[in-house]
Amino acid sequence: MSVASPALGGTRTTGHDPVPRHRFDWGQPFIVLLALVIAAIAIGPVLYVFVGGFRTTADLNANPVGLPSPWTLDNWSAVLGSPRFWGNVASSMILAVGTTAGVVIVGVMAAFVIARYTFRGREGLYLLFAAGLMFPLTVAALPLTLLLRTLGLHGTFLGVIIPSIAFALPTTIIILVPFLRAIPDELEEAAAIDGTTRVGFFWRILLPLSMPGLVTVGVLAFVGSWNGYLLPLLVISTGTLPQELWPLPLGVTQFSTQYSQDTGAVLAYTSLSMIPALVFFLFAEKRIVGGLTGAVKG
Amino acid sequence: MTSVIESVGPAVSAGSTPARHPRPGAGRARKRAEIVLFVGPALLLFLGFVILPVLLAGVYSFYNLPQSFQWDDLADPERFVGFANYARALEDPAFIRSVGNNFLILSLSLLIQGPLAIGIALLLNRRLRGRGVLRLLIFVPYVLAEVIAGLSWKLLLQPQGGVNALLEALGLGAFTQNWLADPNIALWTMFAILTWKYVGFAILLMLAGLQGVPEELAEAAAIDGASWWQVQRHITIPLLGPTIRIWAFLSIIGALQLFDMVWVTTRGGPLNATSTMATYMVEKGQFGGQPGFGSAVAVILFLISLVVALVYQRFALRRDLAGSITRGVR
Repeated sequence: MSVASPALGGTRTTGHDPVPRHRFDWGQPFIVLLALVIAAIAIGPVLYVFVGGFRTTADLNANPVGLPSPWTLDNWSAVLGSPRFWGNVASSMILAVGTTAGVVIVGVMAAFVIARYTFRGREGLYLLFAAGLMFPLTVAALPLTLLLRTLGLHGTFLGVIIPSIAFALPTTIIILVPFLRAIPDELEEAAAIDGTTRVGFFWRILLPLSMPGLVTVGVLAFVGSWNGYLLPLLVISTGTLPQELWPLPLGVTQFSTQYSQDTGAVLAYTSLSMIPALVFFLFAEKRIVGGLTGAVKG
Repeated sequence: MTSVIESVGPAVSAGSTPARHPRPGAGRARKRAEIVLFVGPALLLFLGFVILPVLLAGVYSFYNLPQSFQWDDLADPERFVGFANYARALEDPAFIRSVGNNFLILSLSLLIQGPLAIGIALLLNRRLRGRGVLRLLIFVPYVLAEVIAGLSWKLLLQPQGGVNALLEALGLGAFTQNWLADPNIALWTMFAILTWKYVGFAILLMLAGLQGVPEELAEAAAIDGASWWQVQRHITIPLLGPTIRIWAFLSIIGALQLFDMVWVTTRGGPLNATSTMATYMVEKGQFGGQPGFGSAVAVILFLISLVVALVYQRFALRRDLAGSITRGVR
């Protein structure tokens, strides 16, 4: 990273005060330095974990900081060669895909009705879902696990997926309703004149047009599920599912407890667990940032 | 997906053709059916897996329930204990400590993370080469699962871990600590990890908010001789108000619900130094085999969150959200 040229810098406000000279001399390098420090703090620990995965545990114990000597791929290949790691990844994938699909399908259907039908109780319905934001998973967690046990879902993937969908619905509906509402009524009227029913309008016109909103909602649900810990902890870790099929956050925790002496292996397992989220983030960055900032701006 | 679209569309429209004209009641019944069909699944899931468990938490909280909970237990008058679970929680120093920890984290977040994020965002709010890369990098901690970030920090903060070794290497050996195991500093360490994890999100939120602040005002003020700081103080920060207040709201809720990070790094220890309401609840309710008592803790947690949120909304968010929830449906 290099210092931006003055033309690109923030000096365009004035041209006649001592202020710009001051800012030109000190401001820009200072900003770049600040940016570098922030970036280093943000990714330093992550890099440490990554690089640590290339060291032997003996090397790590002898000298906790410093570069690997020798570099070794043993830890990484051990993790990548273990069915356990891939089982964790597959399990997380199943949970995240199942949750995302459920949230998007069920959510858009409900949002469609709330956004485009007039009926008594519509506002109440919307309020009910919106109020769901105030009902955190933490509060519901214990009764939920007992409920799932009654339903025979304790210890199963569905036992995680179904509540995850339910808890993602409030955000989903709050984001999607304005989206679906923004599509002009004229389109619906035109479709009606052409003989399309409301439901036909939903499938053929509304869904394609609201794709960006659906993607945002889907990405948020996916990330939420992928990173989720409390629900898998309560539903899966106390069940009969083998560790090989635990979702990643649970699997990593378990691995690091089980092999706490083998720091190199734990670092490798942890760093490899970060990769899916980071890769996904690289592809979905705009949606995540946009969705979050858009969501909080209401 | 497409096949579903193709098959549902025509089938439904074909079926509706006769119903369109004859009786007005048919159209209404049809509309009602559509409403039920479309909202039904969401409503069922939501009522069954969000609302019902929260209500059940309220019910359970009045019972002394065993780990091997059976629904019959609720019918057993012996098990009904009234408010005893609540009294027990409120008398337990460990729980009081947890509540205090939640509020300490909450206050520190508002007082330290907020100004930090605003300051950094103001300084970075200019065209800067590599800003896209920087944005990606400061967002990395936020994307990582709290659990995975927490485990990494747990390794880094061990007595023989990377942080202490780095301090030694820098000649600051006097500052080495047993970061997460020393009751006097564990909570501060926890706060530092949380700041690392979440300040990037705050910075990005503030930067997004700053894009909505018109440059002309700042330029005009600068021409009138206002210093950089005066411009920020009197123009930019007030205009950033809505973003700041919404960030603060998210931060407050997050601080009160804090669980994952604490659970994987310290599990609330040492000596409850880092325990939160949520870790206390899971510890007692799930792993301590006392669902009734755990539920009472959950209800207290819920009430505290609700009161804090309502008070905050009443006093701070009123202007920004003016009805975004209540008047969301026109």
